[in-house]
Amino acid sequence: MLLTGADIIVECLLSEGADTVFGYPGGAVLNIYDSIYKYGDRIRHIITSHEQGACHAADGYARATGKTGVVIATSGPGATNLTTGIATAYMDSIPLVAITGNVSCGLLGLDSFQEVDTTGITMPITKHNFIVKDIKELAKTIRLAFEIVGSGRKGPVLIDIPKDITAAAAEYTPLGKSVPKQAENANEDDIEKALEFIRNSQKPYIYAGGGVVSAEAETELARLAELCDAPVSCSLMGQGAFDQRNRRYIGMLGMHGTVKAAEALNECDLFIGIGTRFSDRVIGEPAVFGKNAKIIHIDIDPAEFNKNVEAQATIKGDVKNVLNTLCGKIEQKKNSWTDEIIARKCNEPVQKGTADFPVTPEAVIRKLDELTNSEAVIATEVGQNQMWAAQYYTFTKPRSFISSGGLGTMGYGLGAAIGAKVGCPEKTVVNIAGDGSFAMNLNELITAYAHKIPIIEIVINNNVLGMVRQWQRLFYEKHFSQTTLDNRHIDYVKLGEAFGIKAFVIAKNEDIEPVLKQALEISKTEPVMVEVKIDKDINVLPMIPAGKPVVNPITEINLEA
Amino acid sequence: MEQEYVLSVKVNNNNGVLLRVAGLFSRRCFNIKSLNAAETEEPDISRLTIVVEGDFKVITQIKNQLMKLYDIHEVKILNDAVTREHILIRAGRSEEDRHKIIEIANLYRAKPVDVGKDSIMLELTGEPVKLDSFIDLLKPFGIIKMVRSGITALERD
Repeated sequence: MLLTGADIIVECLLSEGADTVFGYPGGAVLNIYDSIYKYGDRIRHIITSHEQGACHAADGYARATGKTGVVIATSGPGATNLTTGIATAYMDSIPLVAITGNVSCGLLGLDSFQEVDTTGITMPITKHNFIVKDIKELAKTIRLAFEIVGSGRKGPVLIDIPKDITAAAAEYTPLGKSVPKQAENANEDDIEKALEFIRNSQKPYIYAGGGVVSAEAETELARLAELCDAPVSCSLMGQGAFDQRNRRYIGMLGMHGTVKAAEALNECDLFIGIGTRFSDRVIGEPAVFGKNAKIIHIDIDPAEFNKNVEAQATIKGDVKNVLNTLCGKIEQKKNSWTDEIIARKCNEPVQKGTADFPVTPEAVIRKLDELTNSEAVIATEVGQNQMWAAQYYTFTKPRSFISSGGLGTMGYGLGAAIGAKVGCPEKTVVNIAGDGSFAMNLNELITAYAHKIPIIEIVINNNVLGMVRQWQRLFYEKHFSQTTLDNRHIDYVKLGEAFGIKAFVIAKNEDIEPVLKQALEISKTEPVMVEVKIDKDINVLPMIPAGKPVVNPITEINLEA
Repeated sequence: MEQEYVLSVKVNNNNGVLLRVAGLFSRRCFNIKSLNAAETEEPDISRLTIVVEGDFKVITQIKNQLMKLYDIHEVKILNDAVTREHILIRAGRSEEDRHKIIEIANLYRAKPVDVGKDSIMLELTGEPVKLDSFIDLLKPFGIIKMVRSGITALERD
């Protein structure tokens, strides 16, 4: 059938199963939005307040559902506003297709109104990008974009489409849903080498990253942990890859990981890193990382092998398949060290409030955990709020922790929570924010209200940029340069009201349970906001200073010193 | 141990492919010593011959990172290969120089391609080391301009 380019775009999205898209209209995408209007009964479009919010929403939708997220923006500033969102998705290997309009082909390269070199700008932050200058290539290109997004290590792909291409007409024949390329089977010698390491180890320690979530390999991971009789840690991105109620779980590893995880790292004789890129935020000083251990590294992306740490055995392949193969070949192990470390009482820090601010983030998040039965989807912003969410909520399932790990994008969480809730309407979705991050993209409260997306926004308000303040306290002689926000005087209840969103305040410990219960009740039908007033000097602990060995984490910071 | 490696990279002959490769080298802090891009026997495929310096770990990283680019089909680290480079070089300050330069050129089978009053332009193709020594011999006569093509290479059978 003869269709316009814009209609072809929508047809292709529908045939990829992308019936929900996020975006923001503009001049160069007028034709696309005209098609979205025509196809209104088949495709749901959510307009945000800002393209960045739309991109984070598409990303959050992808993380929560496992499907590919789609975002649409116009040329020029529309496209540049996407870049933070695209880079966020790229760093965390999130499947995302970004569609941008551009000026008509004849105007390209002439500094035309709202023209920018979108493919040039996004080249380093996408797996691949396209500019479509021939309408005959359009359908093929969109299908290929979805194929690339889902093949191997996932990540974003951008398609830039000049306006005249969306207006032109071409014959359209449905090509069917794209099929991601299957990863090759793992090399047998590599598998054998890893098996030998596992057989010979007495102190194996498993460390799971976001790749386990992405590969949906949580069952295989749990089986491997049983067969190896190993304790398990997850990275920030791996939260939920392993059921944290399982006795084997000993907490997050890395800069703000548990004391126990740091001890396990230094005591283990075999470190099995699965679906992880050994981020600098985890490994500290590379030269001494896991110094008493052999390292097995399993990942779909061989470029991660020996990039940040040296591994003695590497297995390239789909994590799910590799773990399955390993599980089929391991005889049940029994390690006395494992029982000992699981039972060990470590000096894990506990948060304390002050007389003026008795409430702690720990108390609020643990109560939220209890009231939601550890089954909510938790989005976060970036900074202390993010670490506290990771530390104090009990993640039991993959796709329940939605956070910008690699890029560390403040302003990510609200948009992402909106996307997650759109993708999983049956789940409770909470964004845990700090007051700094909240202020960055709070405009998306408008989106939550307008589209009746009932998320819970919890703003942990300490009136400072807490994580930066923490570093200034430790490493910059308490020069709290530009991190004190207490001249802002925001009334969060009024702010919420102005947007049509009910808001509540937790200032005393007695408020925690009733306010959270009320928020959970309201969130059955409409979005709701909670401000939690806390002291400005509650730090994220434990802590390993950047680039230092993951040994003896700081568990206490003397505020008087 | 740091050494020079020659990478032979088969790429889609697409718009922007060179930018993708060069951008990857730049953002990952890999150094390119020379790069040659040219067509191959297949019209849609180009071959990049890239000379890089680094230890084996870095070269493996480069190879793995390159393989992640959609437009790249194959990356080979060449061990046993025929490597060739082409040079255009103008040298000489007097008629006397010119005669001596022609003698050296004959020795190397370099070809005069443009003769001026005092200087002469020569072309030469060969192994990069041969080019190096040729250039060294011409230096006393004053090298006015020169351009090297960068290495091209194909594996031996």
